[in-house]
Amino acid sequence: MKNKVYIQDVTLRDGMHAIKHSFGKEILTQLAIALDQAGVDAIEIAHGDGLSGSSFNYGFGKHTDKEWLSGIAEQLQNAVLTTLLLPGIGTIEDLKVAKDLGVRSVRIATHCTEADIAIQHIAEARKMGLDVGGFLMMAHMNTPKNLAKQAKIMEDAGAHCVYVTDSAGALLMHEVEERVDAFKLELNSDTQIGIHCHHNLSLGVANTIVAMEKGAYRLDASLAGMGAGAGNSPLEVLIAVLNKMGVEHNCDLFRLMDLADDIIRPMQERPVRVDRETLSLGYAGVYSSFLLHAEKAAKKYGLDTRDILVELGNRKMVGGQEDMIVDVALDMHKKVNHD
Amino acid sequence: MDKVKVAIIGSGNIGTDLLIKIIRQSDTLSVAAFVGIDPESDGLKRAERMGIKTISSGVDGLINTEEWDDIKIIFDATSAKAHLYNWEKIKTYTEKKIIDLTPAAIGPYIVPPVNLSTLHHENNVNMVTCGGQATIPMVYAVSRVARVKYAEIVASIASKSAGPGTRANIDEFTETTAKAIESIGGAERGKAIIILNPAEPPLVMRDTIFTLSEIVDRQLIINSVNQMVEDVRKYVPGYELHQEIQFEIIDEENPIYIENLGMCHGLKTMIMLKVKGAGHYLPEYAGNLDIMTSAAKITAEMLVNMQ
Repeated sequence: MKNKVYIQDVTLRDGMHAIKHSFGKEILTQLAIALDQAGVDAIEIAHGDGLSGSSFNYGFGKHTDKEWLSGIAEQLQNAVLTTLLLPGIGTIEDLKVAKDLGVRSVRIATHCTEADIAIQHIAEARKMGLDVGGFLMMAHMNTPKNLAKQAKIMEDAGAHCVYVTDSAGALLMHEVEERVDAFKLELNSDTQIGIHCHHNLSLGVANTIVAMEKGAYRLDASLAGMGAGAGNSPLEVLIAVLNKMGVEHNCDLFRLMDLADDIIRPMQERPVRVDRETLSLGYAGVYSSFLLHAEKAAKKYGLDTRDILVELGNRKMVGGQEDMIVDVALDMHKKVNHD
Repeated sequence: MDKVKVAIIGSGNIGTDLLIKIIRQSDTLSVAAFVGIDPESDGLKRAERMGIKTISSGVDGLINTEEWDDIKIIFDATSAKAHLYNWEKIKTYTEKKIIDLTPAAIGPYIVPPVNLSTLHHENNVNMVTCGGQATIPMVYAVSRVARVKYAEIVASIASKSAGPGTRANIDEFTETTAKAIESIGGAERGKAIIILNPAEPPLVMRDTIFTLSEIVDRQLIINSVNQMVEDVRKYVPGYELHQEIQFEIIDEENPIYIENLGMCHGLKTMIMLKVKGAGHYLPEYAGNLDIMTSAAKITAEMLVNMQ
């Protein structure tokens, strides 16, 4: 296994955030097939907030997860069809439906201090015979040592792999290293470590590489970085870097470049890039998925997106609390009108 | 009038908070036994210090105690699984009523300001979930003035206020709450989301309710919601509307796609609540605990008054 990495594409899940969960079924299917042909090891498909994320709070999807997932597994040659589940939003029943549609792997995601709410889901996923990852989101909000203890809870529940998930794109390179190191000390040697980055501080690829060098085996990335905030580690860039490093993988760089530029970039109504707003996410340590919701609230209530994001950070809001964006905007709106 | 004797099974956060509430605030109820399974639990020790009879051998111990014959109402604050066992034991005593605070939901759901008056003949009633107690009155407040196609609630609670029972089976929260949003709240379809936030100092419980309804005069919704907030505040003083109600028209040209309902349009209403606890067992942030135990207590008091 040494010097070989496992590449999981998240374009069709995290990428949903960048286009308000509006992937059409046809383009999603074409992309899944193309990603499979381009050699990624796993393809994650779901609403951006995981199974049953479609809602007022997170945005209604163009399709249901069931519709997005159906008919995909049969068309993949090598890649593992994967999905995401956030306990508190989706349920084991949702996972059963996904499994029946051919999903073979799932990530169970919780905030970085709440791993125990995933024990039931990890155990049930194992019973269903799925490959299971534990996904510790907003990893910058917990110390390396305590994050590793949370990872241990997921390992004990049955996770094959546990992720350092930098949902806010806020971790610096040495902070990623410290967390992966802590995982290695705490977890069994046969438990894999994964890394999921956001590019808000332009560190998506760099953080993925330092995690790999410290022992992370599963690396998340998406075409043209298509994901929440400034996006994820851009897949084609990551592969180019891995090529130059001589790290073994199964991906075809030029095919991925073409998909990124020809298909994905034109879909981005709001460019996925590091700019004033997305940089503020990383800088203030705010959940990347808040971006478009905060931009909408800023427009509606005549406020600055950056101010809303920073205030959300001050209030220590965690992933999933999108309703609090409107709450913050209303408070700020009242204050502006009062002053 | 003598106070009616009750027992509480379950010595965790909910059971202990309920115990304190009844001791301090109830004119009609008195706790004849406080039942757990671990004599070392904080709840049982605390009850003992307060001079309450404690039993550490579960429902079986309760039934064998001398107080059993006089106990009219039993609160079950254990877990869904334990409730099934407890109910099997208790149901043969047909003159006793059980108020189930677990997600087991063997009996019908009760949300006091919505349907309390209709259920006095039941022997087993269920209190839904903390999020359900906080949000279903709001869903109902909208649905009584406008037909609600879809209602969705987001409950954000402090991590410290979520006990091991809640954490071990969070699906029970989402599923039970969603069902009750439909059957009690009056929405054609319901969805529930729960978020745990570990911030220090802990954040006070927040609940957001979204409904998609037929388009009606917004003032009707505002008046109905305000009235319902007042009704809930009678037994949960820390319950308040935190922001002005937000409205948005989802027009037919830009509909939303809702699973099992298809393309939908209409009036979107967003209601934002804050639920501050009374600080009986856990501090004020634990509004989730407070609304659950307050609802159970008022349900028992109403049952007593009806008899």
